[in-house]
Amino acid sequence: MAKQLYWEDIKEGDEITPLSKIATTRMLVKWAGASGDFNPLHYDEAFAASQGVGKPIVHGALKRQWLIQLMTDWMGQEGTLRKFSCRYRAMDYPRAMKNMFEETNGETWWCKGKVTKKYTEGDAHYVDCDIWLENGKGEVTTPGNATVILPSIG
Amino acid sequence: MLPKEVTQFIGTSSSTVVFEVEKGAIKKFADAVADSNPLYWDEEYAHNSRYGSLIAPPGFFGWPVHLAKGQTFLSSAKQEGAESEKKGELTLELAKAGYPRNLDGGIEYDFFAPIRSGDILSVSSRIKDITEKKGTSGTLIFVTTETTYINQNGVSVARARSTAIFR
Repeated sequence: MAKQLYWEDIKEGDEITPLSKIATTRMLVKWAGASGDFNPLHYDEAFAASQGVGKPIVHGALKRQWLIQLMTDWMGQEGTLRKFSCRYRAMDYPRAMKNMFEETNGETWWCKGKVTKKYTEGDAHYVDCDIWLENGKGEVTTPGNATVILPSIG
Repeated sequence: MLPKEVTQFIGTSSSTVVFEVEKGAIKKFADAVADSNPLYWDEEYAHNSRYGSLIAPPGFFGWPVHLAKGQTFLSSAKQEGAESEKKGELTLELAKAGYPRNLDGGIEYDFFAPIRSGDILSVSSRIKDITEKKGTSGTLIFVTTETTYINQNGVSVARARSTAIFR
């Protein structure tokens, strides 16, 4: 894992280390099995079309977990994710598979974020962040917010 | 105006469902996210961490211990479980009222304490609010559900507020 981040290391306006992700049709199947969300919106072409989203879409909850990983990777083992929120503002569509192992070329998503505020409450050292998911065109499909508690050098 | 058949669900709660946080399920979940954090995967590493054992990624709460009769999957169990016993009934009423389609609108989490491998969580949820908003593509109905997670020691470990959008 990366070197532990301390509250004193960061300042308001700092960028959170970006995290890249690729969604594939295969990953949506894995997500369905691991999360228990078997809504056909995410794997059935005709059903997705009938729901007005065109074709199967990436689960909002998978995008949520990507953004959670953005925070847990950044804050390190001694950090604590205290609050998290995100809003599914636009659809994302997975890449198709080229063969059993590889996806086709296409979109890469980026989880990004920025420190908006750092403060203390009692003994705890807090950092508030704006976070978001960008699609391959650089459009934000999933904005959110997170609050982490970081260790202090003291 | 929403019919009474819909608004009567505001404030209603589902029965409590017991979830178990199994380490295999944690790994399967982390794999689906493609998250290689050793706190979810490496027992020795996690044992030596401040948590003392594998933890669940924030956002994962395990699986129901008892599924509804004849059901094999979480999403089926949910119809009689914490997430949406009431939401299942509400979904039918909203369809009757002209809103047959729904999408996940978003979620807010408060994480109060770590969730470790082996934890047993009592999960219950309540429909907080149902509101109407006029959008560019017609009227949207927002259903907000609050879910609480309490561990085997009686510690409230997390709270979620999720929004479903019906149209």
